[in-house]
Amino acid sequence: MTDAAELLGLTRKLLAAYPPATTDRADFLKARFDAGLAWVHFPEGLGGLGAPRSLQAVVDAELAAAGAPDNDPRRIGIGLGMAAPTILKYGSQEVKERFLRPLWTGEEVWCQLFSEPGAGSDLAALGTRAVRDEATGDWVVDGQKVWTSSAHVARWAILIARTDPDLPKHRGITYFVCDMTDPGVEVRPLRQITGEAEFNEVFLTGVRIPDAHRLGEVGEGWKVAQTTLNNERVAIGGMRLPREGGMIGPIARTWRERPELRTHDLHQRLLTLWVEAEVSRLAGERLRQQLVVGQPGPEGSAMKLAFARLNQEISGLEVELRGEEGLLYDDWTMRRPELVDFTGRDAGYRYLRSKGNSIEGGTTEVLLNIVAERVLGLPAEPRNDKDVAWKDLAR
Amino acid sequence: MTDLLYSETEDDLRAAVRSLVAARGDTAALAARAEAGSPYDPRLWASLAAEMGAAGLLVPEKLGGQGASHREAAVVLEELGRGVVAAPYLTSSVVATQALLSLDTDTEAVATLLAELAEGRRTAVLAVPLSAAPDGPLPEGTGRVTGVADAATADVLLVLRADGLYAVEAAQAVVEPLTPLDLTRPLAAVTAGEGGTRLADAVAGATAVRSGLLAGAGLLASEQLGIAEWCLEETVRHTGERHQFNRPVGSFQALKHRMAQLWLEVVSARAAARAAADALATGSPEAALSVAVAQAYCSRVAVHAAEECVQLHGGIGMTWEHPAHLYLKRAKADEIALGTPGRHKEALAALVDLQAP
Ligand SMILES: Cc1cc2nc3c(=O)[nH]c(=O)nc-3n(C[C@H](O)[C@H](O)[C@H](O)COP(=O)(O)OP(=O)(O)OC[C@H]3O[C@@H](n4cnc5c(N)ncnc54)[C@H](O)[C@@H]3O)c2cc1C
Repeated sequence: MTDAAELLGLTRKLLAAYPPATTDRADFLKARFDAGLAWVHFPEGLGGLGAPRSLQAVVDAELAAAGAPDNDPRRIGIGLGMAAPTILKYGSQEVKERFLRPLWTGEEVWCQLFSEPGAGSDLAALGTRAVRDEATGDWVVDGQKVWTSSAHVARWAILIARTDPDLPKHRGITYFVCDMTDPGVEVRPLRQITGEAEFNEVFLTGVRIPDAHRLGEVGEGWKVAQTTLNNERVAIGGMRLPREGGMIGPIARTWRERPELRTHDLHQRLLTLWVEAEVSRLAGERLRQQLVVGQPGPEGSAMKLAFARLNQEISGLEVELRGEEGLLYDDWTMRRPELVDFTGRDAGYRYLRSKGNSIEGGTTEVLLNIVAERVLGLPAEPRNDKDVAWKDLAR
Repeated sequence: MTDLLYSETEDDLRAAVRSLVAARGDTAALAARAEAGSPYDPRLWASLAAEMGAAGLLVPEKLGGQGASHREAAVVLEELGRGVVAAPYLTSSVVATQALLSLDTDTEAVATLLAELAEGRRTAVLAVPLSAAPDGPLPEGTGRVTGVADAATADVLLVLRADGLYAVEAAQAVVEPLTPLDLTRPLAAVTAGEGGTRLADAVAGATAVRSGLLAGAGLLASEQLGIAEWCLEETVRHTGERHQFNRPVGSFQALKHRMAQLWLEVVSARAAARAAADALATGSPEAALSVAVAQAYCSRVAVHAAEECVQLHGGIGMTWEHPAHLYLKRAKADEIALGTPGRHKEALAALVDLQAP
C-alpha cells in the first residue's frame, strides 16, 4: 500500500525530472499521469497507484507549492468529474487506456449528451434511438440532444440512448461513448440568457458507434448513468474554497471599496448572506473531511443546492447594490466560451448565469425530492410510469 | 486546520449522554415539572454532572475536572438540546465555569469553586441577563438584574459590581422567579446587593464574564443543533406515518421539500457549530468570528426547525401533550440567549470589515 511519504517521494522525483519552470505544460501533465500522480486512487497504468483517495491532497499540495501546471478542472469538468469515474467502473481495459490519459491532461474535452427536448428532469424518458447494425455489430444513433455544455469544443461525449422501446423507460437505455467528430454529429449553438452560447443543440443522424464504445451491458444504461450523476454531485460538493472564495468575495470587496453604495437594508442582507456563504463553505469543508476519513455522508447533494441558492441571492443583491451601474451590462456579444467565467465578467452576468445553477445538473426541485426520499426516507410520490413500456408513455 | 468531525471519544460521550437522556428524559414528566416551576430532574443532573463527569469537561484535571475541551462539552449540549433537557449545564458548567477559568485559578476561592462546579456538587450562574451578548453591555453596580437563567436553583451567583467580580451565596441574595417563555430554562430576577467573596477586580472580572459569555454563545450553537435535529427527525417520522387523502402526508412534495430544506440547514448548522466549538477548544484567534457565525446561523435554524415541527404535525403540534412546544419555546428563547442573530451579525460586521453605512 502506498503511503504519504512514498507519494511525496514520487512527487519530488517527478518535479526533479520535469521542472515546472522549464517543462512544457502538456508534457508535464502527461508525465504526471504516467507517474500515477494524476488521481492516486485510480489503478496503476491509468494515472493512479491504487492509493487511498485521501492522499491526493499530499501530491496536490507539493505540486502547487512547486508551481506545477494544473489540468484546469474547470475546462475539463465533465470529463474529469463524470466521464472518468464512469469509464473507470464500466469501460474495458482498452477503453480505459484509450480515454483516461487525454481526458485527464485536457487534450480531449468531453461533453454530456443526456438531456433532450422531451426529457430533462425525467431523463429516463429519453427518445434518442440506438439500433444495432447486425452486420457490423456497430450501433446507429438517431435523435436530438439539447443544452449540451461545451459540445462545440468537445472531442468525445458520454451518451445515453434508447435501445429497446418495448421495455419500461428505465430498462431500455444503453450508455455509449460518442465520437463528436463523426459526420452524423451536428452541433448548433444555443444562445442563452447571458447572451453567449455556452451550451448547444446536438443533432445525431446515423451516428455509428462501435460496440467497443458501449459502457455497461445493453439495457443497463440507466444504472451506468447513476454513476455519472452521483459523481457529478460529489464533484461539486467536494470543492475546497477559502473564506470569501465564492460569489460572496466580489460583493464583499465592492462593499469595502464603495462606501457610497451602502444602505442599512443592504447591510443586513449582505451580512446574512455572508454568514450563509461562510457556513456553506464550512459544510463543504466538513464533507471533504468526511470523505478523507472514509465516511462520506449524503451531504454532497446538499452542497449543490446550497450553492445554487446562495449564488443567485448574492449575485442578485450585488446588481441591486450597484444601483445605477446595475442597470448596465458589460457585453451582449454572442460568444461560444470554452468555460464558464464567473469572476471575469460583471455582476449582471453573474446574476444571469447563476440562474442556471438551480437547473443544470438536476433542478433544485428534483434534488430536494432526492434528499427527501433517499436521505430522509420519506415516502415516494405515487408513480404511473414504472411498469409501462416506454413507447406507450404519454409524451 | 479546523477539525469539523467528531472524534471517537466524542462519539462515546454522545452515546453515554444520549442513553442517560433516553432513560430519564421523559418529556411529559418534564412538562409537568416545568409547569410547577421546577423543571430539573435532580437525578439526571447527578448522573450527568457527577457520575459521568460532564460538568468538569472544561476544567483541567489539576483543578478537579476532566481536562477535556469545548468540543466535548458541545457534544453534551447537542444531546441536551435533542432531549430539551432542563439542567443548568450551559449556565453553570459552561458559562460560569469558563468565566472562573479566565480568572487567576491560583486564588483559593476561585479554585475551590471551580472544583465544586466540576464535580457537579454545586452550581453557579453569572448574574447577567440570559440575553447578554458576549460584546454587549453588562450589568454593573448593585441593582436588580432580571432574566438570569437558572438562578433560582444555583448555589452561587457570580456578580459583577463596579469594584470587581464577586461570588455571592445564593442564600445571601434575593432571587425572584419569573415566568419564562422557555419553561425548561427558568429565569429569575436577582438582587445581590452586598457581600460575597471578591474574585477579581472590575477589569479582570468583566473580561472573565465576557469570556464566559463567548464560550456560552459558541456552545449554545450545539444545543440549537440538537434541537433542530430532533425536530427534523420527529417531523420526518410523523409525516411518514400520518395518512391523509389515502397517502402518507410525507409523500406530498410540498412537505418533502420543506423537510429536505431543513435537512440542508441542519447539515450546515452542524458545520458551523463544530467550527465554533473547535475554535474555542483550540483558543483560535478566530474564536469570536466562529462564534458569531455559528450564533447568527444556528439560532435561526433551530427556530425554523421547531416552527416547521409544529406546523407539519398539524393539530397535534399545537397540543401541550406533544413535546413540540417544549422545543419551540427552547428554540425561540435560545435565539435571544447570549445575543440575538442580529447582534452577532453586527459583531461580525466589525470582525470581517463589512462596515455599516
Ligand atoms: C446551463 C445549463 C447547462 C446544461 N448542461 C447540460 C449538459 O451539458 N448536458 C446535459 O445533458 N444537460 C445539460 N443541461 C440540462 C439540464 O440537465 C436540464 O435542463 C435539467 O435536468 C432540467 O430539465 P428540463 O430543462 O427539461 O426541465 P423540466 O424537467 O421540464 O422542468 C421544468 C420545471 O419542472 C420542475 N420539475 C420537473 N420534474 C419535477 C418533479 N418531479 N417534481 C417537482 N418539480 C419538477 C423542474 O424543477 C423545473 O422547475 C444543462 C442545463 C443548463 C441550464
